[in-house]
Amino acid sequence: MVHAFLIYTLRAPHAEDTGFCRVLYSCVFGAEKSPDDPRPHGAERDRLLRKEQILAVARQAESMCRLQQQASGHSSVDLPPQSSDEPASLHEAPHGAFRLAAGDPFQEPRTVVWLGVLSLGFALVLDAHENLLLAEGTLRLLARFLFDHLRLLAPSANLLLRADRVEAILARFLPHGQLLFLNDQFVQGLEKELSAAWPL
Amino acid sequence: MFTPAAESLLRQAREIQDEELSRFCSRVVKLLQKDPGAEAVDALRRLFLIVSATKYGRKLEKPCVDLLQATICSPACPEQLQLLCAAILREMAPSEGLNLSCDHIQKSRTLSLAASVLLAQGDRQDEVRSVGQRALHLLEARQTEGPGPRALLPVVSKVVSLAPGTLPEAQADMLHRRLVDWLRYASVQQGVAQPSRGFFSAPRTRQPGPVTEVDGAVATDFFTVLSTGQHFTEDQRLNVHAFSMLRTWLLFSGPASRDASDADDRSELEGSTLSVLSATSATASHLLPPQQQLRAGAFEYCQRLLEQSTRRALRKGDSDLQKACLVEAVLLLDVLCRQEPSFLYRALSCLKALLGRLCGDPAQARTLLPIARFLLSHGEAAAVDSEAVCQHLFTSVLADLFPNPMLAFEFAQFCRDSLHLFNPDQGTFKLSFPNLFKLLAWHSPALTSEFVVLLPALVDASTAVEMLHTLLDLPCLTAALGLQLRSSPTASERPLWDVSLRPTSCLEGFRDPEFQGLFQYLLRSKAGGATKRLAPLHHLLQPMASCARVVQCAQAVPTLLQVFFAAVTQVASGDLSAQLALVLLERSNSLFQVPQYEAQVHRVMSSQLLALCRLRPALVVELARDLLEFVGTVSGIRSRESMFTAVVWAIGEYLAVSYDRRCTVEQVNRFFEALEALLFEVTQSRRSATLPPYPPQVVTVLMTTLTKLASRSQDLIPRVSLLLSKLRALPQGPAMGSVPRDEDTDAIRMRATELTNLLKMPSVAQFVFTPGMEASTPRFHRDANTALPLALHTVSRLVDREAGLLPA
Repeated sequence: MVHAFLIYTLRAPHAEDTGFCRVLYSCVFGAEKSPDDPRPHGAERDRLLRKEQILAVARQAESMCRLQQQASGHSSVDLPPQSSDEPASLHEAPHGAFRLAAGDPFQEPRTVVWLGVLSLGFALVLDAHENLLLAEGTLRLLARFLFDHLRLLAPSANLLLRADRVEAILARFLPHGQLLFLNDQFVQGLEKELSAAWPL
Repeated sequence: MFTPAAESLLRQAREIQDEELSRFCSRVVKLLQKDPGAEAVDALRRLFLIVSATKYGRKLEKPCVDLLQATICSPACPEQLQLLCAAILREMAPSEGLNLSCDHIQKSRTLSLAASVLLAQGDRQDEVRSVGQRALHLLEARQTEGPGPRALLPVVSKVVSLAPGTLPEAQADMLHRRLVDWLRYASVQQGVAQPSRGFFSAPRTRQPGPVTEVDGAVATDFFTVLSTGQHFTEDQRLNVHAFSMLRTWLLFSGPASRDASDADDRSELEGSTLSVLSATSATASHLLPPQQQLRAGAFEYCQRLLEQSTRRALRKGDSDLQKACLVEAVLLLDVLCRQEPSFLYRALSCLKALLGRLCGDPAQARTLLPIARFLLSHGEAAAVDSEAVCQHLFTSVLADLFPNPMLAFEFAQFCRDSLHLFNPDQGTFKLSFPNLFKLLAWHSPALTSEFVVLLPALVDASTAVEMLHTLLDLPCLTAALGLQLRSSPTASERPLWDVSLRPTSCLEGFRDPEFQGLFQYLLRSKAGGATKRLAPLHHLLQPMASCARVVQCAQAVPTLLQVFFAAVTQVASGDLSAQLALVLLERSNSLFQVPQYEAQVHRVMSSQLLALCRLRPALVVELARDLLEFVGTVSGIRSRESMFTAVVWAIGEYLAVSYDRRCTVEQVNRFFEALEALLFEVTQSRRSATLPPYPPQVVTVLMTTLTKLASRSQDLIPRVSLLLSKLRALPQGPAMGSVPRDEDTDAIRMRATELTNLLKMPSVAQFVFTPGMEASTPRFHRDANTALPLALHTVSRLVDREAGLLPA
C-alpha cells in the first residue's frame, strides 16, 4: 500500500544552489501510530514530525534525480513538450527507487519510487515489499493526469491553488493509497468520468 | 516552472497572521453557509494552502472546523467542496479538537471521506478500529445499488494494513465470501454505455458483446483485471478493486497468532504427494470455510492471470499491466502457499511452465525476480529450478540489463531479502560479485546503502584479494561499462551516458585487440580467483575520469572499502592478512586518477593497513622486504603521504622481537639506515626555496620511528642522537608569503627535544617505546609501578633538572 504521495520542485542539475526543494503538495494515507506522548502539544509535535518526514523524502528524491541527471549528462530537466505523445515521453523521464531504513525517517522501513518531469518531481512512499512495477505504472499515470488536467505545461501554471483537482485525481486512481490494476480501457473510462465531473 | 509568483504565494500563505486567519475563517463559514459556489471553492482552496504550506500547526476557529466536518457528512454537497474540506482536516491532523465520528454514517462515499481524515489522526482514540467496523457494517448491509462497496474496499484495505489481525472473525468471513463472489463470478459481458441524454438521440438497445482479452480475442474464462471491453459493469469494477486489495487482505485479515503457530506444522506438508490429492477448486467446495474458499478462488485467479500474461497485448499500457499482474500473481502464490501448503505442487507446475518463456525475454527480467524468490523460499521441492533461474539472473540479466535503474534497485533488494536462502555450496551468489558490482558502478548513489548490507555477505576468504582489487577499480569499471554501451549495436535512442563527452581515443582502445584481454577481465561475470593489473587501462581511460558517473562511483568507494575490511578481518587468516596488506601497498600508487579519489582512498588504505598490523603485529616482520622497498625512495612520499606515514609508524611500532621472534638485529639496522637516509633527504629539502617542504608529520614520524628502533638496538643511539640534535638546531625554513612557518619548525624541534630526552635514559626509552602486550590492559595503567604516564613524568622531571644545570 502507499503511505504517501508527494509533488515537489526539481532544480536543474547543474544550477548553483539557489532556493530549496519545496513540497508543493503532499497527501499521507493513514498515519503511523502516534507514540504515547503525555506532554502537552503532543499532536502538534506529531504533525511537525510528519511534515519533516515528507520534506526529508522530497529532498532525498530530488537529489537522486539530480545525480541521475548529472550522470546521464542531461544539463537540464527538459523534454520537448508533446501533448499527444505524453505516454512515450514519460517513459524516458528520469525515474528510480531507493530504500528508507527503519527509523530514517519513518518508523517502518519503506521504499520510495520517484519520477521527474520537467521541473516537478512526483514520489510514492510505499511499504517495504510492494509491487514496484505497479507502483511505477501508477506514478506515471498520476503524473500524466496531473499534467493534463492541471495544464501544467502552460507558462502560468500553478499547482498550489488547485488542490481540489489533485484530490479528485487521487480519489480515482489511488483511493486511500490503494494501488489499482487498471487496464487501458479502464483508465479511459475513469478519465471520461473525471472529465465529466471536473470539466477542464 | 516554480515561478517567483508561486514562491511569493507560498510565502504569503506561511506568513499570514492569526487575526487575519481568523477573519478568513469567518468568511469561509459565511460563504459555505450562504452560497456553496465558486467563491466558496476559491476560499477553501486558499485555506488549504494556508494550512498545508507550513509545518507548524495552524489554529482554525471552532465554528469553521465544525462546518468543515458537517460539509463532509452532508451528502448533498458537491464533490469539490467535500474533497477540499476533507483535505483541509487531513492536513491539520493529528488535531485534538476533532469530533468527527463515523459511527452514524450510512453512505459509503461519506465514510470514505471521513476515513481519510480519521485514519490520519494516528490512532490516538482507536479511530482505525471504529472506521474498520463501520466499513464492514456498511458492506454487510448489501447496498447493491450504486458504487457503494467500491468506495469501501480501499478503506478496509488501509484499515487492515494499519491494524492487522484486529477484525472480528464473523465480519472477516462475510467479506471473504463477498470477495470470492466478486473475484470469480463477475459478469463476462461488457457493460452498457451510459445512455446519452441528448435531446435528439433515441435510446439504443444494442447488445454489448463479451469481454475480450488484451490481445483482442474473446475471453475464454472468468473476468479478471486483464479482461477489457468498451464499458465495464459495476461488478467488473468491483473485481478490479477486489483483486487490488487481495494480497493485503490475505496477509492481514486473519488473527495474528494463527498463522505463526501453524507455520511449523504446515512446512512438513510441503512437497508431500498427499497434498496433491487434497487440493480442491472453489467452484466445487461451498462446504469449505469462507477463508479457504477465498484462498482457493485467489489461487484460480492467479492461474488465470499467469495464462493471460502470455498473450501479446495490443496496447503498451496493457503490456505493462501484464508484467505487474505477473509479479502480483507470483507474490500472491507465495502468500497462498505459506497459508495453505497444499497449493504448492500446482503453483510450482504453473511457474515452471512460465520460466522458459520468461528467461528468453529481456523485457521480462523484472518479473523473474519474484519467481526466483518464490523458488528459493519453497526450497526442497524446487531446488533444481531455483539454481537455473539464479544462474540466468546473476549472469545474463546483470550483464545485459544493468543500466535500468528500477531493475538495479529490485535486484539489489532481491539479493538482500534472499541472503539467507542462497545455497553456500553452489556459490552462485558469492562468485557473481563482479557482475553485481556493475550495478553498483552504474547506479552508485541509489545502491551504495544496499551494497553496504550486501558486501559482508559476498566476502569470502578465497576471493577476498580479487574483491579488493575490484573495489579499488570500481570507477574504472564505470568508465568501461560506458564504453561498452556506446559500442553496442543496440544503443537506445536516448543515450544513458554523457553525450557532451566524446572519448574517441577510449573507444578506439576499447576495440583495440591489445587491450581486449584487460577489458574482458574487467567486464567479467564471475570471480575466478586470478587477478590482473589494470594500470594500462587506467591510462587509456583517463579522459573519462571526470565524467559525472565515474566521479559519483569514486565517491562511494571509500565507504565500501571500510565495509569490506570490517567483514574480511572476521574471516582472514594470517596468510590472507599478509596478502591484503601487500595489495594495499602495491595499489597505493596504481589507482585510476579520478579527482580526489586517490586522496580519499589513501586515507582509508592507511588506516586499514594500521588496523591489519594491529591485529597481527607479526605482519611487519613477515613483510619486511616489501616494506623496505616501499620506504626506499623519497619520490614516493609526496604522492602517497598518508600511506607512507602509516607504514613508517607501523615499522616503528611492530618491528620488535616481542611481536615476532624472527625480528633480527640486521633487519632493524637495515630499516634504520633506509629511514635515516630518507630523513636526511627530507630535511635537506626543507632548506630549499624552490620545492615546498614536506609536511612536518613526515619528519616527526621518521624521527619517532628512528628513535623507537634505536631504543631496541642500542648501538644505534649515538647516530639518532646526532640526527636529533641537528633537527633541534634546524633554522627556520624560508618563509613563503606573509606567514612564516614557525609552527612547523617548532613542532619538529619540540619533538626532537622530547626524543633526545628519552634517549638519555635508554632503558626507560625501551620501556616507553616497546611496552609489549600488557600495555593494552587497564591494570598496566592503574598500577603505580608500571604506569606509563608516571614513568614519563618522572623522566621529564629528571631531565629538566639536569638540563637546568647545563648551559642553554
